[in-house]
Amino acid sequence: MQPETTPVSTGRTLPEGQAMLSVRGVKKVYHTDGGDIEAVRNLTFDLKAGELACLVGPSGSGKTTLLKCISGLLAPTEGEVLLDGARVTGPPKKMAVVFQEYGRSLFPWMRVRENVELPLKNAGMGKAERDKLVDEALEAVGLDHVPQSYPWQLSGGMQQRVAIARAVAYQPEVLLMDEPFAAVDAQTRADLEDLIRTVWKKLGVTVLFVTHDIDESVYLGQRVIILSSSPTVIQEDLEIDLPDERDQLNTRALPRFTELRHHVYEQIQRAKQGHRPAAATQAGSAS
Amino acid sequence: MKILKGFAYGLALPVILVLIWWASTLGTTNFFVPTPATLAEAFAETWFGERIVSDVLPSIGRLLIGVVAAIVIGIAAGLLIGSVKWLRDFTEPVLEFFRAIPPPVLIPVLMLLMGITDSMKVVVIISGCIWPVLLNTIEGVRAIDSVLSDSAHTYGIGGWARVRYLVLPSAGPQIMAGVRQCLSIGLILMVISEMFASSSGLGFTIVQFQRSFAIPEMWSGIVVLGLIGVAMSFIFQWTERRILRWYHGLREVENAA
Repeated sequence: MQPETTPVSTGRTLPEGQAMLSVRGVKKVYHTDGGDIEAVRNLTFDLKAGELACLVGPSGSGKTTLLKCISGLLAPTEGEVLLDGARVTGPPKKMAVVFQEYGRSLFPWMRVRENVELPLKNAGMGKAERDKLVDEALEAVGLDHVPQSYPWQLSGGMQQRVAIARAVAYQPEVLLMDEPFAAVDAQTRADLEDLIRTVWKKLGVTVLFVTHDIDESVYLGQRVIILSSSPTVIQEDLEIDLPDERDQLNTRALPRFTELRHHVYEQIQRAKQGHRPAAATQAGSAS
Repeated sequence: MKILKGFAYGLALPVILVLIWWASTLGTTNFFVPTPATLAEAFAETWFGERIVSDVLPSIGRLLIGVVAAIVIGIAAGLLIGSVKWLRDFTEPVLEFFRAIPPPVLIPVLMLLMGITDSMKVVVIISGCIWPVLLNTIEGVRAIDSVLSDSAHTYGIGGWARVRYLVLPSAGPQIMAGVRQCLSIGLILMVISEMFASSSGLGFTIVQFQRSFAIPEMWSGIVVLGLIGVAMSFIFQWTERRILRWYHGLREVENAA
């Protein structure tokens, strides 16, 4: 049995004013000495406030490029990204990013607590408020016992928790995560996935979670946006109609989980073989 | 106990060397090689007196001013040049040119331009010491990790905060390597500038002793230079360990893995 959603060549969009994050016709071409490389061809989708969406695609499908465009680290060649209606031209204040390379995203010369505190301090927040937010964030990720350690004294999974705590303490409206658990072991990964679900529910933050792991995307997301291979378009925008309460054992054992997983897997395989949604092919050749 | 042990290890080789020296100068009458006892006597006589004020302190003063100025200017210019790509392309060939000039050849030129003054000597020291600090800082700033830089950027850390929390600490290990070289070059240039043209200072005094055949005194001056070098090295190591504690810890963890 296939899921009842019909494949669409663009992602779901919302009426104006209702989206927290809008990605509109984003295209990114890198100009290199060896010629132009079209990493992202044409991407359009919206995230409503408080949504948890996963972006999944074959490796080399421009996931990281897209995320950098959304976070304002890269300017898209065409199209635009809107955060709460305002065009993103540089890293916005309401956004936090968690990178895959935890070892390279925390400041090794600062202790855990200082790492979490720095963005707040930089924003000019008072000491009392800062302390409160940092304490809460560290507690939320289960790291309140190591504030005085340096990041490199911790295991990979714990380092990524610090990075998550830093993002949480920053109180973003949108949290972007770029394959955050790709480099941690499977056990830790399951824990961290649940942590993300917990944090997301508690804070009501909008989360865009980029991953290449199909199981992870289905388990975590309310919605999975499947990307084609490069040059990237949206292969399918899939609703994940699993119960809201998820846990590693039972959710993954549900028949529906298997179906969805199967479906996403098929789509990715098709993407790898170069199958592209009809509308996107037209859009691509028209441009 | 651990400190005592370290101390004993550090002192063992100097003691052995002095013993060898003592044994090999037993019964010699070579005018140019004093025995340890003669040298110690000359050392005490020569340096525990007004020479501390008239020669040692001025030398150390010039050295300190020159080295500190070179470090400050080197780091400041290095931060700027390292952060701005066009400035780097613009200055690189010129920097390589100036770095290649051995600073002692500047002494006659600077003597003509600035006269035989303390500032001339300080300028000589700066002109030689600045290069390792400057070039290392540029390299350190360029080598900032891209992910770390992106992280800082996404959290709105820019401007002076970026320099303070990201650029400086990140370039820290490279900068300290530059400072280490800077210190030894500084000591050499201090002595040379004083040998060329001076009426006080260690370099001047050592040349004076040599010309008046006060051989033990000359040797004792060399010992003073060595001791200053050792002291500087210890101060540097102490400071470096404090500033780069994170770096040594990180390296240890990486090596263990």
